[in-house]
Amino acid sequence: MKKIFFSLLLLGAILGLVLMALQKKSTESTPLSDLKKEYPAKTKPSVDHSLFPELKKKFTRPQEVTAACISCHNGRAEEVMHSTHWNWERLEYIEGKGIRAIGKRNILNNFCIGIAGSEKSCTRCHVGYGYENTTAYFTDSLNVDCLACHDNSGTYMKASEKAGMPDPSVNLNFVAQHVGKPTRTDCGTCHFFGGGGNNVKHGDLEEALFDPTRNVDVHMASDGVNMQCVDCHTAQKHQMLGKMYSVSSMNRNRVQCETCHGSMPHIDNVLNDHTLKVACQTCHIPVYAKVNPTKLFWDWSQAGRLKDGKPFEEKDSNGTDVYMSIKGAFVWGKNVKPEYLWFNGTASHYLVGDTIDSSKPVKINTLYGNYDDPDAKIYPVKVHRGKQIYDTQYHYLIQPKLFSAKPGDGGFWGDFNWNRAAEEGMKKINLPYSGKYGFVQTEMYWPVNHMVSPKEQAVSCTECHTRDNGRLAHLNGFYLPGRDYDASVELFGKGILLLTLAGVVLHGGARIVMKRKRQPKADKEAK
Amino acid sequence: MKKEYVYRAFERFWHWTQAALIIFLGVSGFEIHGSIHFFGYENAVQYHNIAAISFLILIVFAIFWHLTTGEWRQYIPTWKNLRAQAQYYIFGIFRDAPHPTKKTVLSKLNPLQKIVYAGLKVLVIPVMVVTGLLYMFYRYPQKYEVLSLNVKSLETIAVLHTIGAFLLVAFFIAHLYLITTGQTVTSNLKAMITGYEELEGEPHEKKIEPEIKEAALSK
Repeated sequence: MKKIFFSLLLLGAILGLVLMALQKKSTESTPLSDLKKEYPAKTKPSVDHSLFPELKKKFTRPQEVTAACISCHNGRAEEVMHSTHWNWERLEYIEGKGIRAIGKRNILNNFCIGIAGSEKSCTRCHVGYGYENTTAYFTDSLNVDCLACHDNSGTYMKASEKAGMPDPSVNLNFVAQHVGKPTRTDCGTCHFFGGGGNNVKHGDLEEALFDPTRNVDVHMASDGVNMQCVDCHTAQKHQMLGKMYSVSSMNRNRVQCETCHGSMPHIDNVLNDHTLKVACQTCHIPVYAKVNPTKLFWDWSQAGRLKDGKPFEEKDSNGTDVYMSIKGAFVWGKNVKPEYLWFNGTASHYLVGDTIDSSKPVKINTLYGNYDDPDAKIYPVKVHRGKQIYDTQYHYLIQPKLFSAKPGDGGFWGDFNWNRAAEEGMKKINLPYSGKYGFVQTEMYWPVNHMVSPKEQAVSCTECHTRDNGRLAHLNGFYLPGRDYDASVELFGKGILLLTLAGVVLHGGARIVMKRKRQPKADKEAK
Repeated sequence: MKKEYVYRAFERFWHWTQAALIIFLGVSGFEIHGSIHFFGYENAVQYHNIAAISFLILIVFAIFWHLTTGEWRQYIPTWKNLRAQAQYYIFGIFRDAPHPTKKTVLSKLNPLQKIVYAGLKVLVIPVMVVTGLLYMFYRYPQKYEVLSLNVKSLETIAVLHTIGAFLLVAFFIAHLYLITTGQTVTSNLKAMITGYEELEGEPHEKKIEPEIKEAALSK
């Protein structure tokens, strides 16, 4: 009976294992293989714009192109005029500050600080022609620059310091006849160069993404799925999905990996359990700035040094700027490991006029969240640190006027005079300037979302689940297996093991010794 | 002195499977804890979970066996001879004194063993099973917001599980040593492998299986 029972048990176990093994080899399509089929298939435009007579007549002003576009696509320009791309601000609820209109128009940062006073230069990246901060400009639909986003010819570019007007070399007819869905080139022309140079701001958005390999970005890889920005940043009525917490504060309108991949994308359920508290990006973007360096530290207090009365630049051995008279000193980083934060999708911002405490780094933006917050997950973040100008008497950050159209207009990049730049800049934003300035340390938090690595390169378990120097070493408020332990339990445990071992050794040793002592006696007795 | 069939097939299977599982759980568990590096973290987690489920299945069978055979009574703690047994380990064993309690098929455990094994069975193992299951299925906050199931921190669960693990390792060390304190140094080990042990006193006829009896008689 017993033998039969056990052989049946064994047989059952073997059968079970075989079944499990067979199940894994199934060749059914997975959600991921479906996505890989879906996205590389490019749609063909339904019309050929080069055949339309409206686009063949000679354009002398870019606004005429817009007029031609909206003669068919009527109502579309108005959609753009409701977008953040156009307004450079939107209403956002900020915890403790209420509902405020915030955006590039009025938010300060610790890169080029802010646009006020430098509009001519900064608005090269505005989706309009000839930016002026007036109602007349913002309500004229002909000022909408359709080509900046819809150029498919790859020849469109905006002129520098012309407030968003196209470069004179651009053939507007050629571009207008070759329009279509926005490409990575269209988006990247502005978004890869924020902060005044390639990869300065984001760290995960840079010119390498025009034509990246899979190792740089699995989604955008030219040798892979070759996804375009708008595949994820989809739009309804020109309202793009996606946002950046340098200028946004609410948990809405976000692009989420889960939209395509679901919240349980791994075969291993232990990994799936992580998705409750760990954002996809945390493991799947092990490093950012993979190809070209990004700015990590920007010290404005060094700016203004001149050689023979002239501004100069210094580069390091890789040809990266480390000093510029107009901007100060920088530290760059390549293949940077992100810092990690609990983040629930809401943020706060330094708003112009807010009082600062100059004894510690000023947080230009604050990402909210902690372990106990059900909406918060661990996110990878680029932290950009800097030193920037503030009013030592009124205790708030100063918006300096940087761009200089002509000498003597106060623009720092022409006159190199902080007092004058502060005066002119603060005049622009209607805040008093005391005449006394200093430099304060600032920090800015940029969640890292792009440059997703192939899965083989994902962050491995022990990079976080480790006693010392793990990636999450500084993240508190929760128990992380492999990293955390209770010191007294550890002491108790090791103590009890040592005592047991000592007991065994002593007891066993004594038994051996006693036996040897008894042995001669026993031998004698035997004789 | 008679050779008796002390440990039956299932009991030996249970003992050795449990031993292997506990060693395996210990090694993989302390890797998850960050104390050692052996399998690699991801493997350790996976193996630990598989071993844990195997252990649970084994426990279910063991409980069934103990209840149906009545063997669970072996583990009821007793004061009788407790002091004598302790004195034996402290003094008698060095003087080659006889064991104060006779091991019989109906009473395999001495009073100290009864206490320790009962403690393991009603305290340590249940704590390990409960904290282990909580650890395995821990999610904060709970899905569907079942607030009563919300355990805010893994810390309590993990700390209890760690204490249990240390106790089991200590038990394991002591157990290995105490094996050598039988009639001879190896008699306990042999008994748990073969099932047979030389016991003092009269053989317990009823417990001997017919074929064994025959074999014994033919000698």
